[in-house]
Amino acid sequence: MLAYIIRRLFYAIPILIGVNLLTFMLFFVVNSPDDMAVSQLGQKYVTPEAVQAWKRKNGYDLPLFYNAQEPGAAALTDTIFFTKSLKLFAFDFGRSESGRDITTDVSTRMWPSLAVALPTFVVGIWVNICVALMVVMFHATRLDRWAVFVFVGLMSISYLFYIIGGQYLVAKTWKLVPISGFNGEIQPWKFLLLPVLVGVIAGIGAGARWYRTLFLEESSQDYVRTARAKGASEIRILFRHILPNALIPILTGVVVVIPTLFMGGLLIESFFGIPGLGSYMLDAINAQDFAIVRAMVFIGSILYIVGLILTDISYTWADPRLRLD
Amino acid sequence: MKPLLLWSDLLIYLLVFALCLFFLRLRRDPQTREHWRQVFSTRLGMVTMTLILVYVGVALLDSLHFRRALEPVAGSPADEVFYDNKVTSVLDVMLGGMGERFERTYSAPFALDSFEKQDMKDDNGHTYRDFPPLEHAGYHLSQPEQRWADVAAKSGVALLWGVGISLLVIGAQWLLLRRSPYPWSASWVTQAVVICLAVWLVSISRYYHVLGTDLGGADVAYQSIKGIRTGVLLGTLATLIMLPIAVTLGVMAGYFKGWVDDVVQYLYTTLSSIPGILLIAASVLLFQVYIDLNPDFFSVGLEKADARFLALCFILGVTSWSSLCRLIRAETLKISQLGYVQAAHAFGVSHQRILLRHILPNVTHIILITFVLDFSALVLAEAVLSYIGVGIDPNMASWGNMINGARSELSREPVVWWTLTGAFFFMFVLVLAANLFSDLVRDAFDPRSGTGRSVA
Repeated sequence: MLAYIIRRLFYAIPILIGVNLLTFMLFFVVNSPDDMAVSQLGQKYVTPEAVQAWKRKNGYDLPLFYNAQEPGAAALTDTIFFTKSLKLFAFDFGRSESGRDITTDVSTRMWPSLAVALPTFVVGIWVNICVALMVVMFHATRLDRWAVFVFVGLMSISYLFYIIGGQYLVAKTWKLVPISGFNGEIQPWKFLLLPVLVGVIAGIGAGARWYRTLFLEESSQDYVRTARAKGASEIRILFRHILPNALIPILTGVVVVIPTLFMGGLLIESFFGIPGLGSYMLDAINAQDFAIVRAMVFIGSILYIVGLILTDISYTWADPRLRLD
Repeated sequence: MKPLLLWSDLLIYLLVFALCLFFLRLRRDPQTREHWRQVFSTRLGMVTMTLILVYVGVALLDSLHFRRALEPVAGSPADEVFYDNKVTSVLDVMLGGMGERFERTYSAPFALDSFEKQDMKDDNGHTYRDFPPLEHAGYHLSQPEQRWADVAAKSGVALLWGVGISLLVIGAQWLLLRRSPYPWSASWVTQAVVICLAVWLVSISRYYHVLGTDLGGADVAYQSIKGIRTGVLLGTLATLIMLPIAVTLGVMAGYFKGWVDDVVQYLYTTLSSIPGILLIAASVLLFQVYIDLNPDFFSVGLEKADARFLALCFILGVTSWSSLCRLIRAETLKISQLGYVQAAHAFGVSHQRILLRHILPNVTHIILITFVLDFSALVLAEAVLSYIGVGIDPNMASWGNMINGARSELSREPVVWWTLTGAFFFMFVLVLAANLFSDLVRDAFDPRSGTGRSVA
């Protein structure tokens, strides 16, 4: 097991290098630091001196890959590629374009993100599975057909509609919770209730439909017919036979998401004013702060790879026949 | 009048042409024809297809652009014609100038007065604050109280016209198709509803703003209809950019295995490990910087918006091929083990021929299902991207821009709800139709997911 995990971690390195190179190409080769300086300074104030000063201040005045003016190893280390891109591997994210330390920002902002994303994730899965099981019990009846129709309808509604509608109905008309904001100490649940609710409801359509397909695929298997022939009740078949066997596809879809919960949701956080990583990214995109975007791309890909490894490990727990070696 | 061909106009017509060719080709295969028969023998299939075709038709009409010739100014040489900087489309003409009746700012649906108070002068020159009357709504009424009676009367006339036109259209189809085995009646009902609604909207809009006006005073119903072209084009174009990449790489990886497979797997794992929205945002921002630095490339404002729009489609296509590629790779791996592929190998058939004749036709159903599913996902994504600020150019009509412009207005008292309603409604109908249609296509084409109806 441990050997497997270590091997998988080594496989992750080329992928991270690929991510790193891709972002480097996007941010420095396609668009030169000069272009960035111009768009950061604003068209009106562009003078060659100002561009140079901006580049020096933010450390973009180095050559891209090879610095011929420096002796020895410094020729490779004193370059933009090394200082801006390779240092990400040491979790040294540097400073944002506005001068704040990205590492501190990330470590303080990931907890509010998690506070919203984790309950949404757990409650969402629970609700989706319950709804799907219920629909599967009434399979091939009129109820089932209408339920699928409703799921597709829920899927077709824009996520923005759920958020705006939820804020309008629950927070503005009924005045049950504040419209937006976040407070870690005093009654945090009050601020979390609505975002979590909206997140769960918005996910029901696609989620329950997906679980229904999984369960139905299992319920057409031979072992289900055998169990039915032996006189097992429908409830028992559903919970003791179908659910455990559907676990592998469920895990495939679900476990990958767990590590990325730290990243939070872009829309939910910005609408509800939660100071998490999602709104951090959004602010960075709006302010065209490429240093933050670069760091977040890197963190996001690490979390995704961790999720892939976790998925493999979770298989051995769900299915004892599987061995990882 | 001077026609103006935007790149996206050209592309949308090419796309529709290519899709028609593709479907005609598919028809030649008896098995595929049987699948399509299954899709269209349901009433739901007919209704959703009709709706999708209505949207596509509107998008096509909205893609014939031209610039109006300006009235010659006195004193200028007579043979020189100047053209309006504003670009008009055939759809604008058909809507009867709905988009040219601007108000000052917000106004509610069917309202006669503006939504905000304003300083006005009465006949004696005294200043007072009140809701100013709208310029283009209810100007023909002598008494404001007649409004609803007038709306009802005009609606009645419009509906009569609508029913008349529907009868003509449907009657012609009935003569042609009455022996057809498909449930055309479902499609005809949908057509009648759409025609009646359209006639009603166009005729009422000459006297009222049916869905009110937005912050800039533009008619919301008009904006929502203009959003159709953007939504439809974005959905199809991005998917069609993604398809060749995904199919080529997926089929090659599954067929050749070995290092080709390794490289393709590496590519899609790397790409899918980057958070999608960040990659899209970064690419769009970089393109925006490029446009800002080279403003001389575009002569009309709309051309700039068009370039940004095409770039967005391209970026969405290039960043979203990994999931389809994975599916096709898995399917190809399975197919290339089958007897007929092995037999083809044994007979010495070339790789190219095996790929084209034996493998590609057998993954077509995956491509088809993905095409319709991705289409609806992209229409929804457009709204989100516009909200984040990396979507369609703000000067281009789109549902995302409408939502983005109106989201803060719910905190007003009374609430400005009509902009959001218009955008969400038009978007919802398109996405719902596409999703339901893709379900039917999948049930017909994918034997494994047939659990929904066949097993009972």
